[in-house]
Amino acid sequence: MTWLESLPLAVFVMIPLVIILIYALFAIWMERKVAGFIQDRLGPMRVGGWHGWAQSFADLLKLIQKEDIIPAEASKFLFRFAPFLMFAASYAAFAVIPFSSAYMGSNIDIGVFYLLAITSLLTISVIMAGWASNNKWSLLGAMRTAAQMVSYEVPTIMAVLSVIIVAGSLNLMTVTEMQSGNDTLGFLPNWLIFQNPFLLVAFVIFFISILAESHRVPFDLPESESELVAGFQTEYSGMRWAMFMLAEYADMLLLSLLGAVLFFGGWNSPFGGFMDGPIWGFFWFMFKGMILVFVMMWIRWTLPRYRVDQLMYLCWSILIPLSFINFVLIALWEMLF
Amino acid sequence: MIEIVQKGKSRPEMVINMGPQHPSTHGVLRLEVTLDGELVTHVRPHIGYLHRCFEKYGESVGDYGMVTPFTDRMDYVSAMNQEHGYVIAMERLLDIEVPERVEYIRVIMAELQRIASHLLAVGTFGLDLGAFTPFLYVFTEREKILDIFEKSSGARLLYNYMCIGGLMRDVDDDFKKDTEEFVRTFRPKITELQNLLTYNSIFIKRTAHIGVLPPKVALNYAASGPVLRGSGVKWDLRKNNPYSIYDRFDFDIPVGEGEVGTLGDCWDRYIVRVLEMEESCKIIEQALEAMPDEGDVQQNVPKRVRTKPGEIYARTETPRGELGYYIISDTSAKPYRIKARAPSFVNLSLLPAISRGSLMSDLVAIVGSIDIVLGEVDR
Repeated sequence: MTWLESLPLAVFVMIPLVIILIYALFAIWMERKVAGFIQDRLGPMRVGGWHGWAQSFADLLKLIQKEDIIPAEASKFLFRFAPFLMFAASYAAFAVIPFSSAYMGSNIDIGVFYLLAITSLLTISVIMAGWASNNKWSLLGAMRTAAQMVSYEVPTIMAVLSVIIVAGSLNLMTVTEMQSGNDTLGFLPNWLIFQNPFLLVAFVIFFISILAESHRVPFDLPESESELVAGFQTEYSGMRWAMFMLAEYADMLLLSLLGAVLFFGGWNSPFGGFMDGPIWGFFWFMFKGMILVFVMMWIRWTLPRYRVDQLMYLCWSILIPLSFINFVLIALWEMLF
Repeated sequence: MIEIVQKGKSRPEMVINMGPQHPSTHGVLRLEVTLDGELVTHVRPHIGYLHRCFEKYGESVGDYGMVTPFTDRMDYVSAMNQEHGYVIAMERLLDIEVPERVEYIRVIMAELQRIASHLLAVGTFGLDLGAFTPFLYVFTEREKILDIFEKSSGARLLYNYMCIGGLMRDVDDDFKKDTEEFVRTFRPKITELQNLLTYNSIFIKRTAHIGVLPPKVALNYAASGPVLRGSGVKWDLRKNNPYSIYDRFDFDIPVGEGEVGTLGDCWDRYIVRVLEMEESCKIIEQALEAMPDEGDVQQNVPKRVRTKPGEIYARTETPRGELGYYIISDTSAKPYRIKARAPSFVNLSLLPAISRGSLMSDLVAIVGSIDIVLGEVDR
């Protein structure tokens, strides 16, 4: 295959990257605006004119110019490698997200399985960053992250599995397609969250778990700035730090989009056939994802932070038993109705 | 690689320096923390990073009146209260009678400052626990108090407003109106804070049963202020040993009751501060009503301070506890010795006693709940 022949493929693969970058620039601005709104202030107002829309570009420009500091005692290769591994893991997971009925990176049958597996790489990159920095704060942050992410993967997976037994497929495109049209009552969309009362419980478990997975408040222990300075990112500066932030925002979007696919009908229009189609589908999909992202931001600027042992307690003593019981109940419901 | 100290124990420990540059040590405090995993086995506070020789300066500047700016800079969060303590000590030493109007203005200023200081303490405590928004809410209110101060004294942080025998200048014409307006609008904000932070279940989980300070330990360490009252000891100099005109006002002393956890935990220390703001509002309202409208605030200010050999110890209640000034005078124009008993310094000494066996995150909460100002600790 010559480079010319592989060009369409490259463009095809790059589409999620473009989406992530545009989203990240928008989400950082949005985060600050949401924070400003909640905290009774304006947020960025100057850069670019209208409500500081270009603030993220200015931030990016600043970060590019920053000195790239690598601590003298750090493990150089791992220190350099960790941010990129983290972003690569987030990016790779977007391959199985059905952005619209016309576009999906790779339509594989084990999509959900692949997504959950590849996001586990995030944990490894965080430990890598924490250990390679040779800083005690980084180490503490990395250890917390590892414990947290490994623990919260269990309820996430259980919640996702409960959806999968209703949908009957691991392929996210198939899961989305089966949510088209209206449900039996005729006025609600045929989304999975409306189909089964236990799926509502599953969504609550899923949402709490993705908050912890993407380390957002109240579970932002890995980089809890008032305790661990900046957690595993303490020694990072400039673009490497920006890669971490990008990966974090990408992860947030990824898990929100997964929630949109599994519970809110993915790219399906909420009005049945009205405003449907590949382009509208993409719009609706991103819209649903951004609503979940907004709720995450809303929570972030409202709640205090959990303590590390309380976080573990919440996971192992409440969420995991609940998710198992919920799993069984959903299976029973599916058998009976 | 990272050094892990083995101290003849089966479990390895890690020594970590929290500070002097750390987001939640409230300044330049350095805590040498020994960690077993996330568990704190030992804490040693190291102080002195903000030592500015203020006591020595006080003995070297030209005049007794020139000491007031240094008292401002000790506890820069509650400068009015610091000045109040110093001028009371000097007036007792010199037997100066202060006009009524001055006393009322001083009390109103001190109570406003107490609210401002507690707002900052409560806000940063929330910030330590990861709640960012309440911090900005309380800062909005603090701004209003600073505006009132600015109108009268010209400064927003370090006022140099009170002087021996009176005030530097009379209050602004709008003072009464502004203060009444502030008290009226501030009361609902306390309720808002209670809803947003105090009874938030995560906040309670983070603060209840944490850093428990039994009343006996608190007394043994000579703790004072909200730290002591959080442990249920009803001790407030404004009531127990009234200075200025505090005996004329009707107000309560809120104490910790272990409402959501153990008596003397972080939550109790926090709630004492919140309730004290309400009590300060009461005092301000009563003082505004009784304050004489006319009067020269400088009529009893001595042209030149002439002292006889003697000594005085005067203590006042600042937002952080009992502030004492010990002044030895001789016949010269300068004080022979000035010593300040700083409440933050004494309260900080409690930290190792109440933080042993807690988690790293709890340590941050405990430091926040003690509410130290490093300027006052180091002086």
